[in-house]
Amino acid sequence: MATENLNVKTMAELTAEGKKPDVLFWVGCAGSFDDRAKKTTRAFVKILNEVGINFAILGTEESCTGDPAKRAGNEFLFQMQAMTNIQVLDGYEVKKIVTTCPHCFNTLKNEYPGLGGNYEVMHHSQFLQSLIEEGQLKIEGGSFKGRKITFHDPCYLGRANGEYEAPRKLIEQLDSDLVEMKRCKSKGLCCGAGGAQMFKEAEPGKKEVNDERTEDVIESKADVVAVGCPFCMTMMTDGVKTKEKEDSIKVYDLAELIAESKGL
Amino acid sequence: MGVENIIFILLLIGAIVWFSKNIRTISRNINLGKDLDRSDNKGERWSTMARIALGQSKMVKKPISGILHILVYAGFVIINIEVLEIIIDGVFGTHRILAQPLGGLYDFLIGAFEVLALLVLVACIIFLIRRNILHVKRFGFREMVGWPKTDANIILIVEVLLMLAFLSMNGADYVLQQKGAEHYVEAGAYPISSFLEPWFSGFSEATLIGIERSMWWLHIVGILLFLNYLPYSKHFHIILAFPNVFYSNLRPKGEFTNMESVTKEVKMMFDPNADPYAAPAEPEGDAVPERFGAKDVTDLSWKSLMDAYACTECGRCTDQCPAAQTGKLLSPRKIMMDTRDRLEEVGKNIDKHGKDHNDGKSLLGDYIKEEELWACTTCNACVEACPVSIDPLSIIMEMRRSLVMEESKVPSELASMLTNVENNGAPWQFAQNDRANWAK
Ligand code: HEM
Ligand code: SF4
Ligand code: SF4
Repeated sequence: MATENLNVKTMAELTAEGKKPDVLFWVGCAGSFDDRAKKTTRAFVKILNEVGINFAILGTEESCTGDPAKRAGNEFLFQMQAMTNIQVLDGYEVKKIVTTCPHCFNTLKNEYPGLGGNYEVMHHSQFLQSLIEEGQLKIEGGSFKGRKITFHDPCYLGRANGEYEAPRKLIEQLDSDLVEMKRCKSKGLCCGAGGAQMFKEAEPGKKEVNDERTEDVIESKADVVAVGCPFCMTMMTDGVKTKEKEDSIKVYDLAELIAESKGL
Repeated sequence: MGVENIIFILLLIGAIVWFSKNIRTISRNINLGKDLDRSDNKGERWSTMARIALGQSKMVKKPISGILHILVYAGFVIINIEVLEIIIDGVFGTHRILAQPLGGLYDFLIGAFEVLALLVLVACIIFLIRRNILHVKRFGFREMVGWPKTDANIILIVEVLLMLAFLSMNGADYVLQQKGAEHYVEAGAYPISSFLEPWFSGFSEATLIGIERSMWWLHIVGILLFLNYLPYSKHFHIILAFPNVFYSNLRPKGEFTNMESVTKEVKMMFDPNADPYAAPAEPEGDAVPERFGAKDVTDLSWKSLMDAYACTECGRCTDQCPAAQTGKLLSPRKIMMDTRDRLEEVGKNIDKHGKDHNDGKSLLGDYIKEEELWACTTCNACVEACPVSIDPLSIIMEMRRSLVMEESKVPSELASMLTNVENNGAPWQFAQNDRANWAK
């Protein structure tokens, strides 16, 4: 990975300079530590910098939202994480949050208000879409022009929060050929990672869920699978590998597609 | 009033008493569940019910079974207007009492009922073929052997018999009218049953009256018996589908409940003024200390219990479930069926042994295995698919909470994940200080 310094400010740094960002970028654990997801994080930051968005991250003050703990049944740990994070967020008077992880998005948006944390929360697909609508971000096909791209709906963006359109509008902006898998939108098949499955072996069965989903991708004849979630990224990348299709099918996050098409 | 009418009245009263007793038992059972406030947003609730239950909006996502079901559903409801007349006739010994007052409208209604009856008949036969000959995949599965399979067939066969009885009753009546038999006033239109005429017209008047009467009795006794079959069957959905959709969750599906009892404790821990050495607050009075999550049906919310009684066992949830589709033990339909079976068992225990009886069994363990629960990806596909707005996922989550928070039964890999979150603020073993290294 290119390691040019991205020059991202943390909340602490901005506050020390007496400044406030317009939006907080919640990076999430996968976006911070997982090598593949870090590429998405960097791509998204490059877009934010290119557009000139006044943003910041929490840096070492960010901590797991508690989503995997909650879905694994440990409500105590979830609420401890949530309260800690809410204290930090409120300490910086954060109003608006954008994140590249639908799990963080869902938890911050839906489950934090009940514990006193109220923020306007956006998934990066929604945020980028709004930048395009406001004319701040312009994208052209670039290297994806005419390519067949399919979108794998993340459960926690789609069914969980009813957002199916923003990611698709982004893909259409690339002048590419958006193809749908037979199971898509509200019927989209899970990648297999949700509900803390990411952190354990699957229960015994006939097949891995990500392999089943990769078959949908192959059937769609797409040469790019766009994802909007770091866990889907892992699962789909693994699935494509298992099916030995790495040469013909590439997996990219929406942010990577846009960054690459803009030559960032 | 003849003997016939007295028998009819007794049957009618018996059926109503029996049915209301069963309804009371079921609503008692549902109320064994935990409180949950679903009294908000009445307007949105009514419109959701109109769309999903009345309007069958989710049923038609599978067009074949959706349209067939609309025929049965609309047909059955409309034809049952006729039951009103049958009851009046039965009680007072009259015959087609509404023919006179309604006049031309009566002819239209009877004609329409006949057409609908034929459609219901055909639809039910197709349903039977789909289940027993075509073996549509979602009607199969581990949990669909034995009683559930028989139940599905009984329902369809009874509907077929009821429609046949209705049509033959009309057919015989029509021929009797033509023959000018006493009591059989010329009334109604018989677009379907008149096709039986060539067959019936060879019979004597007495035989025809015999046929007409026995079909009349078969039809109404059938309906009364069927009514009382509902509480034991998945067919109970014809009543519960409506309230079940009405009280469904209107929040985003990704929003899981925050457990209030936990919030209280966590808030205390965050309160700088709280005395860290104070003894934990005693539960007030003789209140039973709350269990975390659900080990048994009585730990679930009343809505989850209503869900269980409303389930049609259609398998659309299981058909969409990523775990079930890849051969894991989990099937969301089975979760619903187990919940209902266990709730019935708990209810029977209360009837037999009183309220505090403990049979040593529980939903978690005796009915549902840990392996099923840990196979769920919380993807919400089952919730999205259900045409009667049932939420199997919330039952799964409540049982995971019980496993983890009450019994500390966590799969070992998840236990490490939880430890990591607790110690490093991330599900993997990375140092908090390295969190922003991606930017360097
Ligand atoms: C009130 C009158 C209703 C009647 C007479 C009725 C009748 C039936 C019958 C006969 C079946 C069996 C079909 C089969 O074996 O495949 C059935 C199944 C079913 N019903 Fe109803 N129903 C009624 C209301 C509703 C409502 C309001 C809903 C909610 C949307 C509903 C949802 C279903 C579902 C999901 C099935 C499973 C079968 C499938 O998926 O095709 N029903 N119903
Ligand atoms: S939420 Fe769980 S039970 Fe429901 S469809 Fe998804 S994996 Fe299956
Ligand atoms: S829960 Fe809903 S979708 Fe699943 S079998 Fe029951 S009625 Fe059908």
